[in-house]
Amino acid sequence: MGIASPIAHLGARVADGVGELGRFALFTTRMVRWIVTDGTRWRLLRPQLYECGVRSLPVIVITGAFVGMVLAVQSYRQFDAIGRGAWSGAVINLSVVKELGPVLAGIMIAGRVGGALAAGLGTMKVTEQIDALRAMGADPIRYLVVPRFLACFLLIPFLTIYCDFVGIVGGYFVIWSYGADPHEYWVHSSDVIENWDVLMGVVKSGFFGAAIALISCFKGFESRQGAEGVGRAATEAFVLSFMAILLLDLFLILLMRGIYDALWGQVSIFL
Amino acid sequence: MSGEDRQPETPVPGAEGARPGAARPSPAAEARSAPAEGDPLIRLEGVTKRFGPHTVFQDLTLGFQRSEATVVLGASGVGKSVMLKLILGLLRPDAGRIFVDHTDITGLDERQLIPIRQRFGMVFQGSAHFDFLTVYENVAFAIREHKDWPEEKIRETVRQKLATVGLEGTETMLPEELSGGMRKRVGLARAIAIDPEVILYDEPTTGLDPVTADTINSLIVRCEREMQTTSIVVTHDIASAYKVGDHLVVLHEGRIIADGTPEAIRQHPDLRVQRFIHGDASLTEPPSEGDLP
Repeated sequence: MGIASPIAHLGARVADGVGELGRFALFTTRMVRWIVTDGTRWRLLRPQLYECGVRSLPVIVITGAFVGMVLAVQSYRQFDAIGRGAWSGAVINLSVVKELGPVLAGIMIAGRVGGALAAGLGTMKVTEQIDALRAMGADPIRYLVVPRFLACFLLIPFLTIYCDFVGIVGGYFVIWSYGADPHEYWVHSSDVIENWDVLMGVVKSGFFGAAIALISCFKGFESRQGAEGVGRAATEAFVLSFMAILLLDLFLILLMRGIYDALWGQVSIFL
Repeated sequence: MSGEDRQPETPVPGAEGARPGAARPSPAAEARSAPAEGDPLIRLEGVTKRFGPHTVFQDLTLGFQRSEATVVLGASGVGKSVMLKLILGLLRPDAGRIFVDHTDITGLDERQLIPIRQRFGMVFQGSAHFDFLTVYENVAFAIREHKDWPEEKIRETVRQKLATVGLEGTETMLPEELSGGMRKRVGLARAIAIDPEVILYDEPTTGLDPVTADTINSLIVRCEREMQTTSIVVTHDIASAYKVGDHLVVLHEGRIIADGTPEAIRQHPDLRVQRFIHGDASLTEPPSEGDLP
């Protein structure tokens, strides 16, 4: 009897998890079906593009700039110790473009947009607005989820490009303030960074955007009643989006590295 | 209108096999059954609905006739709102079937339910206005969704519907700027925007002062008469029920304990019914005729 209760509890948790995964799969399938068969309407998409893109720009710019500057401060001294301070540009810019830009932009979007999506849709659920949509013969996935998903999926790559750009500029200003040779800085950077690296970061960010939108909208739709239910939905949306970004990052790196190796063979940045 | 808390003696065509826990036939096979003369427009057949361990309805059978106003009365938590959501397909029964004009909606998916829902309008208890849209956009929502009308015609229809509920000139207001009574009236204007056959009212007078509640009741009666709609009103407001209802159904613990005209309900011998309509939990025997409300 002593052991039965924890086992039953564990079993119930596993069953809940599997059930939620199944509902998430159905939710995703319905959304994809609407996108394929119906697309979306500009009047629904436009406010979401504004909310996800334009209003996220300040936080993305600040994040990118500080990431670039911090990386520059941390790396410059190491390279300067061996008399190659300008070489730090390669490390700073490669890190920003391949990893830190997409991942940190994704995390900031998960917090700013994902949390708002889950809270907004959760509030709509508990105030019966989603039921009202369904009652009027409008599918809430088509009306609410598709435009939010498309806005995140389409705009996060552009926000990542902004983040990369500002990070590179921020890093350069720090290095420049330390007195490194600008020409040497940019030459080393351009020698190391390939188009593939930029593409890899941008493609990854599209996947991050899709994951953030899907998870956040799903959590909003699954929100329980009351303020606590909505708050919990927003928190879970951020935490799960954050974990999804890290997980996707790893798998996409492995996948894209495999594709790169198959296309061009293994190349070291030190060659 | 008929209401029993038992399986019907004469099975509804296509309802065979609708037993709790039984596997349902495919939606395509069961979607339509043969119409019969005098059949109710909406019929719940042996419906059971549970939320976790709590059973809301057990084997409930109930019909709603065309062009009548049926009021479903019952205490809070008895499942009145759940009944409306089952009728609209917003919730699915655990057992039993629901027919709308002889179409079994029980197995239909969200897309298949869209044409069914276009025949309904619903006034929600909390109004459920889209808080990011103006009054105009809220009322125009269903029109835009289902009618390919030019904007001028939409504007004229919205103006007319708002005039019907006495809210001309509120088009540009946001739901948060409306009072409780105005919110209910905008909810009604939104529900009648595409001239539905059936209007469902979920506690339309709850939380309103008596005068505003009476205004809402008058609007409901007016909509019924002018639009010839079938109305289903769930409420625990007995005054509202007497004013708007052609038939009254009283729910208690997931079962129908009384069903009839307002006069029949007023004189119903069941003590639970009398406690409810008198609002007196301490009542120990049915009141004499002179005490009836």
